Amino acid sequence: MAVAEADLISERLRPRPNWTPYVLVLPTLAFLGLFFIYPMVQAIWLGVTDARTGALTGAHFRRMSADLYFSPAIRYTLLITALAVPLQVMLGLAIALLVNTRFRGHSAFLYLTALPIGISDLAAGLIWLSIFTERGYLNTALQRLGLVEIPVIFLSVERPDWMLGAVVLTEVWRATAIVMVILLAGLQLIPKDYAETASVFGAGRWQALRYVILPLLRPSLQTALIIRTILAFQLFATVVTLAGRQIPVLAGEAYFWYSLYRSPNVASAYAVLILLFSGSITWLYLRFLRGEEGRA
Amino acid sequence: MTLRRLGIYGASLVISVWVALPLLLISLAAFTPRDILYQWPRPLWPEQFTLETLRFFLRSTGVWQSTLNSVLVAALTIGLAFAIAAPAGYALARFRFRGRDSLQLAILATKMFPATVLSIPLAVAFIRWRLYDTLLGVAIVHTALAIPFVTVIVTSVFVGISYELEEAALTLGSSRLQAFLRVTLPMALPGLAAAGIFTFVLSWNEVFAATILTLNNRTLPALIVDSVIGAGAPLHFRFAGGFFMIVPALIIIFLIRRYLLTLWGVTVR
Repeated sequence: MAVAEADLISERLRPRPNWTPYVLVLPTLAFLGLFFIYPMVQAIWLGVTDARTGALTGAHFRRMSADLYFSPAIRYTLLITALAVPLQVMLGLAIALLVNTRFRGHSAFLYLTALPIGISDLAAGLIWLSIFTERGYLNTALQRLGLVEIPVIFLSVERPDWMLGAVVLTEVWRATAIVMVILLAGLQLIPKDYAETASVFGAGRWQALRYVILPLLRPSLQTALIIRTILAFQLFATVVTLAGRQIPVLAGEAYFWYSLYRSPNVASAYAVLILLFSGSITWLYLRFLRGEEGRA
Repeated sequence: MTLRRLGIYGASLVISVWVALPLLLISLAAFTPRDILYQWPRPLWPEQFTLETLRFFLRSTGVWQSTLNSVLVAALTIGLAFAIAAPAGYALARFRFRGRDSLQLAILATKMFPATVLSIPLAVAFIRWRLYDTLLGVAIVHTALAIPFVTVIVTSVFVGISYELEEAALTLGSSRLQAFLRVTLPMALPGLAAAGIFTFVLSWNEVFAATILTLNNRTLPALIVDSVIGAGAPLHFRFAGGFFMIVPALIIIFLIRRYLLTLWGVTVR
């Protein structure tokens, strides 16, 4: 972010250290230290120590991994992430590119497609429940079209794939907006004449997109990927409203261990696991995408 | 050229329907009489509309109280987040100081921090600090989630306001604080209001932390999750609840639409 030029000049005239900015950022640092660093340390601590004696123990992690829901929770969390995030990025990019063509009505289109930013995962789950439930809109539409006689049960234990599909659709519907906004902000930083220059040199629209726009958009794509993936690891209310515990996910298990089984320690073990997942995926993205940049 | 334009309009139309249709359907469901919701074959258009479904939701135990709780938590969150993060946002916009870049990166990193990871250890700590099951406790976690957004938008608001105006006031003999209050702040108000409104949405929508950190003093999302998981609330309750939750959020997003790009449009490098 740019600092006002006038400020830089005035700073050169004022050589002694200025404490004002440090005083101004102190509350934020203190608060983030207390409510980010402390809980993180505490989560790890709760995950590896005995609740009563405080001695180190691996019991909570063993209890977590021995649980029936543990491996499905990991599998479904990764599966939903792997399915939903690429779809969100592709659709988000498509919307951002469409808005960026500045066709007539593009701002109305932007606001409409940005609306889901204000919708919680819980509300999104309830909205799509009204579509996928037994006597929901999908079955009603199918019946009107004469495709079904009796309602199809989309959300049932017998068809976990369909439930998974419903969750992925809901996530794509809700969270594409965030990706779109990040990518659009990135697109608007790219000067118009870059694409124009490319077309002067004979590049087609797709070539300009592939070789000029997308490489310049890499930082935004990276941000969108990291934010969406980390948020996907926290998936909770969408799944709970559409599939209950029949599609277990990591955050849902943390909730059930905390609220249902009253074990903050095992819940913390899940929290640590989510933290590890989030950390390693961020590291992977940063490393992988930077490697690309070095080659280009 | 026309083919290209046709493609653009066609794609935009399809995407618009994809986004808008579920919103229309949940609104329809919220005003559909209860017996029609459970009918089979069920008409797509209910022919008659009723407020009874929404009234049933609003009259259900705890809904009013938890709505009030949600609003109070959001108000507390806005107050806390601004008191804590606005000075930092101003400092990031106006001063170049050592550690500025790493601070910006740290604040950005917290944006990606899972509420899931914070809530459970904080619940344990809050029981000790007597903040468990209090609105203040929930507001504190929401503040932690809101601070990165508030900092980023406040920074961008003040970057957009020329410092020279503030300096002019300084040369005319006002103090730094006076210059800020009389010159910069009035110009910054719309942007700051947008940040406040976004903080409201963030808090109003937050489910996980509110569910973990409360027991009797539920916020609205926590109450709904509870009634869905624990009590198996009937479908019309869920639809009305979903509709009731999205209405304020949609109005608010419309109000702050100009600032949407600023809120999320900062990249990690």
